[in-house]
Amino acid sequence: MLTLNVNGVHHRVDVAADMPLLWVLRDRLGLTGTKYGCGVGACGACTVHIEGKPARACRTPASAAAGKRVTTIEGLHSRAAKAVQAAWESLDVVQCGYCQSGQIMTAASLLAANPKPSDADIDAAMAGNLCRCATYHRIRAAIHDAAKRLA
Amino acid sequence: MNELSIANASRRDFLKASAGLTLAFYLPSGIAAKAGGAASFAPNAFVRIGSDDSVTIVAKHLEMGQGTYTGLPTLVAEELDADWAQLRVEGAPADAKRYNNLLWGKMQGTGGSSAIANSFEQMRRAGATARAMLVAAAAQRWQVPAAAITVRRGVVMHTASGRTARFGELAAAAAQLPVPEQVTLKSPQDFVYIGKRVPRTDSKSKTHGTAMYTQDVQLPGMLVALVAHPPRFGGKVKSFDAARTKAVRGVVDVVAVPSGVAVLGRDFWSAKRGRDVLKVVWDEAAAFRLGTPEIVSRYQALLDQPGIVARKDGDAAAALAGAAKRLTADYSFPFLAHAAMEPLNCVIRAGADLCEVWNGEQFQTGDQDNIAAVLGIKPEQVWINMLYAGGSFGRRANPHSDYLVEAAQIAKAIRGRAPVKLVWTREDDMHGGYYRPLYLHRLAGGLDAGGRPVAWSQRIVGQSIQAGTAFESAMVKAGVDRTSVEGAANLPYAIPNISVDLHSPKLGVPVQWWRSVGSTHTAFAVETFIDELAHAAGKDAVQFRRALLAQHARHLGVLELAANQAGWGSALAPGKAGEKRGRGIAVHESFNTFVAQVAEVTVRPDGGFGVDRVVCAVDCGIAVNPDVISAQMEGGIGFGLAAALYGEITLKDGVVEESNFPDYPLLRINEMPQVEVHVVASAEKPTGVGEPGVPVIAPAVANALFAATGQRLCKLPLRLA
Ligand code: FES
Ligand code: FES
Repeated sequence: MLTLNVNGVHHRVDVAADMPLLWVLRDRLGLTGTKYGCGVGACGACTVHIEGKPARACRTPASAAAGKRVTTIEGLHSRAAKAVQAAWESLDVVQCGYCQSGQIMTAASLLAANPKPSDADIDAAMAGNLCRCATYHRIRAAIHDAAKRLA
Repeated sequence: MNELSIANASRRDFLKASAGLTLAFYLPSGIAAKAGGAASFAPNAFVRIGSDDSVTIVAKHLEMGQGTYTGLPTLVAEELDADWAQLRVEGAPADAKRYNNLLWGKMQGTGGSSAIANSFEQMRRAGATARAMLVAAAAQRWQVPAAAITVRRGVVMHTASGRTARFGELAAAAAQLPVPEQVTLKSPQDFVYIGKRVPRTDSKSKTHGTAMYTQDVQLPGMLVALVAHPPRFGGKVKSFDAARTKAVRGVVDVVAVPSGVAVLGRDFWSAKRGRDVLKVVWDEAAAFRLGTPEIVSRYQALLDQPGIVARKDGDAAAALAGAAKRLTADYSFPFLAHAAMEPLNCVIRAGADLCEVWNGEQFQTGDQDNIAAVLGIKPEQVWINMLYAGGSFGRRANPHSDYLVEAAQIAKAIRGRAPVKLVWTREDDMHGGYYRPLYLHRLAGGLDAGGRPVAWSQRIVGQSIQAGTAFESAMVKAGVDRTSVEGAANLPYAIPNISVDLHSPKLGVPVQWWRSVGSTHTAFAVETFIDELAHAAGKDAVQFRRALLAQHARHLGVLELAANQAGWGSALAPGKAGEKRGRGIAVHESFNTFVAQVAEVTVRPDGGFGVDRVVCAVDCGIAVNPDVISAQMEGGIGFGLAAALYGEITLKDGVVEESNFPDYPLLRINEMPQVEVHVVASAEKPTGVGEPGVPVIAPAVANALFAATGQRLCKLPLRLA
């Protein structure tokens, strides 16, 4: 039995200790906003926040997340996150949308740490989040837009 | 716009009346529909107006990112004069009688950049019909002539008396009226939505993690299946030992299916752990065992032999022989994986005379047929619930329904005991075949003494995508698969002697259409070779093309627009010390849409390069939603650039060598150029935009690399010496 704190709620889950957090979230807790893209830490679709920092849920054993604060897209309510989501909607960033939970999780933590990122800052922070639809052009614009909303 | 539900009519009705239900979920084509509230009004298969004032649009096309769930409701809203905030979108059930793709005859499906093109009139008519009935209901209620009534943004008005009503208030009365046979559609100058940006209907759910994909479906008692596939195409299961697998916690069953061995678990991780320790002995007697180098050398031998003629104007061989200057080039294009962000998956629940499927569904009719054949039921007993697809790029429209059939086989093997979610891992997806075929091209061109092209010959070698599919009879004529030569056989340039011929060797690697299909390779060969001819003629690349496109106004239009907007002919700002910069252009028509792109590149001293800026001009007829068109061009450029820079599936002794993003890289944000999109104003019928942005970028970049370095690159992915 592990106790996980996800989006402020404590869950007791009976899973193998090596089960990745991703599958606990998706298959046990029904939090399907966090996506599976590669399973090897190479795409960012599964990005969540652990103690406020972006982490790859597919490479995080559930046991390693026990006792820590986990935030998923469903529980993302920070000011930076709201600005990011509003910018994403106003610029219609999404296409298929499958990568976008991960993009938004990463963008929200970028803006929380750096409220006025340059293009180079954005590239550095976001380069691990793949988007097969290549919505990158709008992701960049939306992060700048979100920074303006936060200013 | 409120959050959209993509629940689908069949699903909801199924839940309402599951026991003993046969096919009662179909909406009646006439008056009131039972779905969506008692007083709802459904004048046709595409529109339902609720007493709560909601307008539900039934979308017959998959939303896989390309914007159908915005474009289709735009067409209805336009003629209905609805308020955009009233609209909801619901995926259509599988029913080709009502929801066929009008460009595909009797089949229902999404592809070939056809969603808006085939729906433009149909969806507008659906909206206009509903509007006429609401107006008639208001006219009756207010005892005024229908002609005195206007509709604006969801409000029906009689201006003279000041009376107004919302759609919801009129829905019940409208439902009692006859459906008009004739409706008049608006003139383009009266459009309020078409031609303007309306926000995407899927933005909110996709930015809040609530959009539902197949991967997200959970049904009570559902098992997750992972399948161990043979390492080589054509392999089969000889025997397997599931003892260790069955000992894994959460594993429920292990069954053999024609495509491999399925491990069923309570969740993904259990099934994955179970599959990791499964022992399978494969029968590889019929397995495909060639590697990429052997395939290429076989194809090279074919390049020396004449193929089946796809186009013949004049006598290209004689004209080449007599030309003042001759050029030749051989091109090579690798296998490519679709690698959509959502790996392949589907959910299936099979009963004795009913099978329900949940899928980001791209080819309903073919999938119904193929699933029904596995289960021994009728195609109409296969109900498909439409979900968003996390990309597809053609892969989810598999003519053999590969992954859906696999799911049906698993359901059959466990005798429908539980609903099954089949999940392919990223590695399964990448090893799973159905690639863009490997192609070789040989180009030869001749110029006369004045530098005018007099001969063009192009030979193409590569597998037929359509052979052995339901599309073969329509798409393969006299041995020529249209999708192998599209973009080449219809060469727009005015050259008096043209020859295009084709070899379609058979090979044991499964192949399929990949976003922009034939144009993925033909546009590159044609547009870099024409550039080479221009250079050999000592002419500017734009002027050279322009002189040959006098009969092709729309090609010319985008060519000039892109060139002008990019500042073609002006000096490029120099790079840093040791860097070289260059600009290149390409123009191409695919799916009746015309695109030109100018790419600017910077080549670093180490031979690496980046694409800094792309100026794109597109002519897709009436621009239904210019913002979605721009998004598709931006995304198409990024998708095409990933192939230009990295895309390559290789085989060694029949085994696919790439397995996940570390060895099959996609484009990253730091590699995405600045993109500017210019949409040509047009009154032509709208054509598609999902694919046509893709094929133009690689040749534009290759031409820019030539301008920067003098190197001609004829092999994809692009690597400078
Ligand atoms: S699924 Fe975790 S990084 Fe790709
Ligand atoms: S929006 Fe499709 S993968 Fe990013």
